[in-house]
Amino acid sequence: MKRTSRRTAALALPVLLGTTLLAACGADSDDGGDRNAAENDTVTLVTHNSFEVSEEVLALFTEQTGHEVRVLRADDGGVMVNQAVLSAGNPQGDVLFGVDNTLLTRALDADVFAPHRAEGLDAVPEEFQLDAGEWRVTPVDHGDICVNYDRAWFDEAGIEPPQDLADLTDADYRDLLVVQNAASSTPGLGFLLGTVAEFGEDGWQDYWRQLSDNGVRVVDGWEQAYYEDFSGSSGEGDRPLVVSYASSPPAEVLYGPDPDVEEAPTGVSTGTCFRQIEFAGLLEGAENPEGGAALLDFMLSLDFQQDVPLQMFVHPVREDAELPELFTRHGAVVDAPLTLDADAVTENRSDWVDEWTNLVVR
Amino acid sequence: MTDTAPVPGPPPPTGPAPATRTRTGPRRFVAPALMVGPVVFFAVFFGYPVTAIVARGLRPDGEWELGHVGEVLADEGIRQVLWFTTWQAAASTALTLLLALPGAYVLARFRFPGKRLLRAVVTVPFVLPTVVVGAAFLGLIGRGGLLDDLWGLRLDTTVWAILLAHVFFNYAVVVRTVGGLWSQLDPRQEEAARLLGAGAFGAWRRVTLPALLPALAAAALMVFLFTFTSFGVVQILGGPGYATLEVEIYRQTAQLLDLPTAAVLTLLQFAAVAAMLGVHGWTVHRRESALRLVDAAATDRPPRGAGERLLLGGVLLSVAALVLLPLGVLIERSLRVPDGYGFAHYRALATTDTGTFVVPPLEAVGNSLRIAAVATLIALLVGGLAAAALTRGAGRLVRGFDAMLMLPLGTSAVTVGFGFLIALDTPPLDLRSSWLLVPLAQALVGVPFVIRVMLPVLRAVDDRLRQAAATLGASPLRAWWEVDLPLVRRALVLAAGFAFAVSLGEFGATVFIARPDEPTLPVAIARLLGRAGEANYGQAMALSTVLMLVCAATLLALERIRPARSGEF
Repeated sequence: MKRTSRRTAALALPVLLGTTLLAACGADSDDGGDRNAAENDTVTLVTHNSFEVSEEVLALFTEQTGHEVRVLRADDGGVMVNQAVLSAGNPQGDVLFGVDNTLLTRALDADVFAPHRAEGLDAVPEEFQLDAGEWRVTPVDHGDICVNYDRAWFDEAGIEPPQDLADLTDADYRDLLVVQNAASSTPGLGFLLGTVAEFGEDGWQDYWRQLSDNGVRVVDGWEQAYYEDFSGSSGEGDRPLVVSYASSPPAEVLYGPDPDVEEAPTGVSTGTCFRQIEFAGLLEGAENPEGGAALLDFMLSLDFQQDVPLQMFVHPVREDAELPELFTRHGAVVDAPLTLDADAVTENRSDWVDEWTNLVVR
Repeated sequence: MTDTAPVPGPPPPTGPAPATRTRTGPRRFVAPALMVGPVVFFAVFFGYPVTAIVARGLRPDGEWELGHVGEVLADEGIRQVLWFTTWQAAASTALTLLLALPGAYVLARFRFPGKRLLRAVVTVPFVLPTVVVGAAFLGLIGRGGLLDDLWGLRLDTTVWAILLAHVFFNYAVVVRTVGGLWSQLDPRQEEAARLLGAGAFGAWRRVTLPALLPALAAAALMVFLFTFTSFGVVQILGGPGYATLEVEIYRQTAQLLDLPTAAVLTLLQFAAVAAMLGVHGWTVHRRESALRLVDAAATDRPPRGAGERLLLGGVLLSVAALVLLPLGVLIERSLRVPDGYGFAHYRALATTDTGTFVVPPLEAVGNSLRIAAVATLIALLVGGLAAAALTRGAGRLVRGFDAMLMLPLGTSAVTVGFGFLIALDTPPLDLRSSWLLVPLAQALVGVPFVIRVMLPVLRAVDDRLRQAAATLGASPLRAWWEVDLPLVRRALVLAAGFAFAVSLGEFGATVFIARPDEPTLPVAIARLLGRAGEANYGQAMALSTVLMLVCAATLLALERIRPARSGEF
């Protein structure tokens, strides 16, 4: 009986130990150690899960400045900003990218950022420069949260798709719209804020009552709304109207069966759009402020700005950045997006969401 | 393989032997010494971070502000949330036990082709991201789903969807925890009872059930804690109208950054979990006893007679409906391409020339396996030491230690994740951006599983075997090596499978840890699902299928780490 158990151990132990050693070695060599051990030519970029950039563009940055970029991702934008607030002064990295106008004041109030006026800011329209003068954050991209519609469905039904928020309460669009939970989803919150911007702080509640009466469906997150309930994408859903982004149609074309298709399968109701601007900033207490500043400058360079549309499906903030053909052909032009004052959002967000939850969900 | 000789050694106990543990000499110090490692681990990676984040909430400006506690507790909405959280967890636990116990029995006692595969497959749900599982369930029980097509029945946005999904996720918890011990109980005891005139059920109730009770209680406890802190499933399948305490803590912490309210809710969660642990402790207290354990390979046999075949068939059918069907929906969707069915999404995963981001899937598989291997090792080490310590001691201190180790299962992931951020932020413990934080956080959830799977078996080891070893001159370590290890090998493999699946599925606090850019499979799936485009959806489903295969293959391989010839103890 001894022999067998020994043999088992003799078999199992090396396997286990080998795996660990391999694992440990593999991890170390890939990683470059923790931040404290990192050389000062590494810039750590703290960001969210939707951040993407071409490898060539990052390589260009390293070539130009000598700094390597290390990306550290949080799950989503809200979690990322809260993490930055909690670690203010002793940050996880050097630069934070992805704080948007709905979360901006929370980050600024917590003194998360150190000022840096990025090169290239002169090419950015003033409407995006929400911290002009203090330069704690630099606008990098913008996008719009809008109602998308399923073209084929509306063609078949023989009705025009809705144009603006008021349309959505028409009987024509009864039981057609699916939105996200404003308490847990970024586009859900954006759409709610859009209705506040349109109907005022005392008028949006009435609008939502009408939407409820008109059969709006609320689901948890964007993935579920867009892929499981909306009829225009994966084909699983039964609702031809969904809250998504102005850039979703180009994405449908690029990731659809035929990238050369004449018209995207989905369209955008351009009167329903809430403007989202994403900012980057140098983190207060950064270990490599010089590299961080260089990265901020680089984010406003044409190389980075023109990489943004096809990587993150948002628009560059620089006026002189060229959009790819996919966007000029299939992207929606949003002339008059809905906006709200960032301070007002920070101040009221929790109350609005609570009120909305009681009104629509419960 | 099956011709097991009768056990040499001490005479088999005639009933449950009294678990008397006379501790003399140096053995008295064994338990405390073994506890040091696990205690330090939990203090550093759980106690300290959670205390830090709760204290930050309760003392926002260095002053205790306890008035807020009353306000939150008086809130009618919060009380409703607490009530719903508790009853859905209790109902989910009951339903899971009801449906999974026959499965545990069949997997423990019957020999049939594909048994190992089945055991691996029921664990697969564990690793799947909730968004993906949500999609699969909606495809079955939602609008236009299978039930809707057949009978016009829809369960989405009902509590039934939540309960069924909880069974789907936790089936393996029962099969692995209870089945592990069950397969090592000597069937001859039950047979003896039947010879003495007891009916089949009576023999089971009087002989097997008491012996199984500790494992049963452990499984119930884990399923309860898991469903008590359920988050994604409730939101996706129940709809925004349902909220658990976990959902509320997430909202207050990750979205509103209202730390005072989150702190009170966290304490409330602790209180509920502590009460549950108390009930569990009281249930199993004095029930654990030395049992006569035999090799698992010797206890299974082909099903005999119509009744047993019917049982096996019923179990296979229920597994097919509860587990295989949802998994099948995902596979079907991964194969669906614009013009019918094909492997286009899988091929797209293998190439990166779509011009934009695609995480090279092989890289993601490598990252996932590597992190899971490290997490499993940490969990086995810490959990194994803790289980060994718990076996050797009784008393209040040890029971408290036992309960403490279960707490992470019942604690909100966002609390732990944000706690890490503010607690582990100064050298030498600045692990915030280290890859090691990910397996450490996962091990926190893996350790309770390892303990709960191993403990019932370890406690069942007759102490007289160890005493005999000691009398023959073996050191405690040697005695453990020769006596305990061979008997718990099966449990060890099952526990490792759990810890591995927990890690592969990105359980717990990991979601809330900012991490270096080495996407694991669940992260890559989330990134694919996060953007518009039919192909992204298809690829996300394909990658989910890859995740299932990786999980099942690894669990199968894990079960093979044992010699061809066993059962000689």
